[in-house]
Amino acid sequence: MRPTLTLLDPGLEARVLDEALALLLEPGVKVHEPEAAALLAAAGADVRDGVARIPERVVREALATVPRSFALYDRAGRPAVRYGDGLVQFDPGSCGVAVLDPDTLEHRPSLSADLVRLVRVAEGLDAYAAQSTAVVCGDVPPPIGDLWRLLLVLLNSDKPVVTGGFGIRTTRVMLDMLAIDAGGPEALAARPRAVFDVCPSPPLSWSELGCRALIDLARAGVPAQMVAMPLAGGAAPVTLIGSVVQHAAECLSGIAIHQLAKPGAPIVWGGAPAILDMRSGTTPMGAVETAMIDAAYAQVGRGLGLPTHTYLVGSDAKLVDAQAGMESAWGAVIAALGGVDLVSGAGMLDTLLCQSAEKLVVDAEAIASALRLVRGIETPTETLATASFAAAGPEGRFLELPETRKLFRTEQHLPSAVVERRSYRAWADAGGMDAFAHARQRADALVAAWQPPAIDPTAAAAIVEIARREAEGVGLVGMPGLDGEAIAAG
Amino acid sequence: MHEDLLAAMRQSIADGDQDAATATANQAIEVGLDPLVAIDEGYVPGLSYVGSCFSSGEMFLPDMMLAARAMNAAMAVLKPELAKRSQQRSVRGRVVIGTVKGDIHEIGKNLVGTMLSASGFEVVDLGVDVAPERFVDAARENNADIVGVSALLTTTMTGQRTVVESLAAAGLRPGVKVIVGGAPVTRAWAAEIGADGYSEDAVGAVALATKLMEGAAGAAQG
Repeated sequence: MRPTLTLLDPGLEARVLDEALALLLEPGVKVHEPEAAALLAAAGADVRDGVARIPERVVREALATVPRSFALYDRAGRPAVRYGDGLVQFDPGSCGVAVLDPDTLEHRPSLSADLVRLVRVAEGLDAYAAQSTAVVCGDVPPPIGDLWRLLLVLLNSDKPVVTGGFGIRTTRVMLDMLAIDAGGPEALAARPRAVFDVCPSPPLSWSELGCRALIDLARAGVPAQMVAMPLAGGAAPVTLIGSVVQHAAECLSGIAIHQLAKPGAPIVWGGAPAILDMRSGTTPMGAVETAMIDAAYAQVGRGLGLPTHTYLVGSDAKLVDAQAGMESAWGAVIAALGGVDLVSGAGMLDTLLCQSAEKLVVDAEAIASALRLVRGIETPTETLATASFAAAGPEGRFLELPETRKLFRTEQHLPSAVVERRSYRAWADAGGMDAFAHARQRADALVAAWQPPAIDPTAAAAIVEIARREAEGVGLVGMPGLDGEAIAAG
Repeated sequence: MHEDLLAAMRQSIADGDQDAATATANQAIEVGLDPLVAIDEGYVPGLSYVGSCFSSGEMFLPDMMLAARAMNAAMAVLKPELAKRSQQRSVRGRVVIGTVKGDIHEIGKNLVGTMLSASGFEVVDLGVDVAPERFVDAARENNADIVGVSALLTTTMTGQRTVVESLAAAGLRPGVKVIVGGAPVTRAWAAEIGADGYSEDAVGAVALATKLMEGAAGAAQG
């Protein structure tokens, strides 16, 4: 059996949906974009003064056309991230404004070179099925910051990418870049490489950018991932269950807009809710209550047959320290037991403000262990133990059995050197490094071992050319993040 | 004299009890208690108590918000009485606040506005998604001492720079101070865009605004 975490009994799950549907009627959802409002009105919603009151029928019809599963494809055309397939997969969190400097341990503004390093580290870690546009590039003007992040990921990775647009126009430019990479808009829709995070604004509001992204992505056939962020006690009811209801209402209204724009377009029931810390006013992403809201809303989404996503494996610690390990590990375990399709957040510190390549390395171990946990107790041998005892003989020579050699690699997750299990003496003799020091070495080794992606040179050149034009448009001198290797690829 | 009533006023703020704050304010008027005494010896010490409990970790954000709202409820009763007596509560400063254009997050801004208002500042809240020119117009119309600009998103925080520049272009700087806040905002960012200060939280914002007003007073005297 696969171990699972269930936080809502069936009756409570049904009540969540009932109240979410009630919220869609009263107070309704603010919709700050004319076409989204028009789509809802034409479908039967009562739209007045920027507020849409959406009847259940509209929501049910939209839910009926959402694909139950779909994939994000790597550059070789393999379905590398499979939503709705029962897998739990992970990607680095986004979008930080800082990185943890491994030398000074300061949080300093992130630059293009930092994003490149993060991508190259994540590229070599199997724990990450996808990349993300993990940090803003402080050396690039904000008006083109979103497409620059995507540019650097496309030029440094073959994995699928979780991204998002900062503006309506630049989102379209990003779709153009992805279409070139895929071999055309049809190829992109058939085998999408990217999913775009699209955020409702809590409570119960869809901004112009959010609405436009839903509509434009639906029509482009590129998956949208709703990142609903009820903030329990701040921009949502203080109860965890109240925030789960609000999350459902925000996502249901998003699905309605999205499916009305193009029925059948792929969309994910995702989010990044948090409790509000009542001392500091911050949004702790590593709090267990945050993880509980996540697991509960994912259960609601899965109950509707929808692909799911959440934000866990991040920590609010400022360093890759004991708090970071604790929060990230239980985040990974709760997400895995909760059966969430894609889990963003690894590498993140400081309420999602700071990324750390070293933390990505440590988190990869927590993720691998969490995935081992959900594989559960397996029965790969005919008898559970008696045949093994017979084979091992009276001395109990289990270590010498062929079955031991054959099965230990699946029975056990084999951690990297980041997880210290040697004797104290061996550890001390080898330099007495802690997990962060190990992670630093491993991150550097991964960067050194990184290989340029298999991007078609013509496509790379065309993508770089788009970026070059955009850079010129905002007066950016140079092409931050494009070093010799990347330019050679382009 | 009126010590019991003043104690009840302090308690109403400590409890965050708007009804009690309103009732004690009405009682003050009935018994002829000087509204300035009610404010300075009743409600303000209550708010200070809550502030110190918050700082020491014994009280939390909801306690602060409810205390500030109770304070504002009492002030709503006492203000007409002050006007009737031609008295004025000394206003510590006039602050125009809002969330930058393109950003509709308001929790932080509301916290700051409520705390400033409860702490004796006159606050004009422009709401969310506020265009730079609206900050400029409101600063001019209200003769603001301080403009507070909130941004939650890394993508919208650049709007804080635009507000600083717009105020400068309108000739309102450096007379009108600018303070910035929001999750991605740092001291370095505030310095880079030429703002006069930033705060991590609402309590810090009150301290910052107070400091800026003292600085302004000092500058005027000097």
